[in-house]
Amino acid sequence: MFGAILWFAFPINKPGDTLLQNALFFVLGGVVVISALCVIYFRNPIYSALALVTALFAVAGLFIILEAYFVAAVQVIVYAGAIMVLFLFVIMLLNLGDEESLEDRLSWAKRVAVVIASLFFAEVFYITIKLVGSVNAPKVTSGQPVGDPKTIGELLFTKFLLPFEVASLILLAALIGVITLVHRRSDERSHTSSDT
Amino acid sequence: MELLSSLIFMLVIAAALLGFVMLLALILVLAERKVSAYMQDRVGPRRVGPFGSLQTIADAIKLLLKEDIISLQADRKLFILAPYLVFVSSFAVFAAIPFGRNLIASDINIGILYIMAISSVVVLGIIMAGWASNSKWALLGAMRSAAQMVSYEIPLALSILSVIMLVGSLRMQDIVGAQSGGLFSAQNRWILLDNPFTFLAFFIYFISALSEVNRTPFDLPEAESELVAGFHTEYSGMRFALFFLAEYANMFAVSAIAVTLFLGGWSGILPGYTFLNGVPGFVIKVSVLVFVIMWLRWTLPRLRVDQLMSVCWKYLIPIAFFNLIGVGVWILIFD
Repeated sequence: MFGAILWFAFPINKPGDTLLQNALFFVLGGVVVISALCVIYFRNPIYSALALVTALFAVAGLFIILEAYFVAAVQVIVYAGAIMVLFLFVIMLLNLGDEESLEDRLSWAKRVAVVIASLFFAEVFYITIKLVGSVNAPKVTSGQPVGDPKTIGELLFTKFLLPFEVASLILLAALIGVITLVHRRSDERSHTSSDT
Repeated sequence: MELLSSLIFMLVIAAALLGFVMLLALILVLAERKVSAYMQDRVGPRRVGPFGSLQTIADAIKLLLKEDIISLQADRKLFILAPYLVFVSSFAVFAAIPFGRNLIASDINIGILYIMAISSVVVLGIIMAGWASNSKWALLGAMRSAAQMVSYEIPLALSILSVIMLVGSLRMQDIVGAQSGGLFSAQNRWILLDNPFTFLAFFIYFISALSEVNRTPFDLPEAESELVAGFHTEYSGMRFALFFLAEYANMFAVSAIAVTLFLGGWSGILPGYTFLNGVPGFVIKVSVLVFVIMWLRWTLPRLRVDQLMSVCWKYLIPIAFFNLIGVGVWILIFD
């Protein structure tokens, strides 16, 4: 664990270190799995959110092992830095207690969830069985880093331009939606606050 | 064997940096006291050691020997974890700061992005501290801090982006290399003076950075007149010292990044001359910025929460956006 933190804090690029990379893969992979389970099993929502942060960090660490520093940094900035802070903010604002109060409302959703989850797992199982041994993991060639910001930028503006623009449109729509919703509500609330 | 040697290598670098940060905090705390004394026409500490130079060491020993209080209502695990998270993330930033030509712990190809990623984790630590303390002051301080830091990250990132556009690289040493011409030459000037838009970007960076490190006039998370001490109200002894250490480490880191991005980093004022070149020049430039931060703290009053948010969302972010477009247009026309 300490080694993992060090690796994250000091990502010194040394291509020969396959042993270290392998060791770190198992450490970080373990952290991802355990903290992902913690997200589900902790009864306190704050703990769950923090476990999710840990999982996202460990995934960033996995990206660093693949020498995709850019992706790792973006992962931390967007998810751990921004989105999870908002999650924690909302959880603290609503002051959610234990999940027990939610349980009776979830009874029908549970049945649907069981069906969907088992379908999903069957699918994953089928694909794994079918593809075992037939797919080679893409090799990271040294000297041409995969997660290079220049490569990613070029791909985003050439090959993946359409998905990129669609994603930005969706985000813009969400943004405008939030603004109109909040704006309407603050209009309905009589003008008690004099400033702005 | 290779595993062991690389681990030891990293540990040595980390230990050296840790020592540096500790020493730095000792010096900066003393400097802050002396500067505040000077601003308020006092003498400042002068009893411990010559001219009070050992005052912070005495303070550190006092903090170490103090009773470590954890309130019964607090969430013990998170309460203990939070100061470490804050300190580690503000300390890890130093790994990518170039102090000299070869004096950088890790010159990764996304240096500046790494710094932004790591420093955004500080918020998580502060929220954790505020929530785990189970105290109203601490929680309010943490909420303000979260809102403030997430908001001011946007103009900060936009001003950094204008530098990245100009240099064309995220690597810290490349950014320094692009400013090797010093202050006055026509080519490779300091980015601050490269064009009017980068001049503005420096000030946007500096204002947002002040807010990121919770310094006056943006120190609402720990506004003592209304929130006692904000998110670290319930902390005492060594855990409080860790927050304190992180604050001063952050102050230096933010100034060092400003120097690296806009003021030529470790390269000197004149090209080809050794005048203020290398580590001494870097330290002097950073010290000037640190002094400005302290100067602001003892001069300006604190903003209100709504003023804080309107400064960010209504002024800084639009200015930063137009500034970014301006930099792009400038590069297109003149470079």
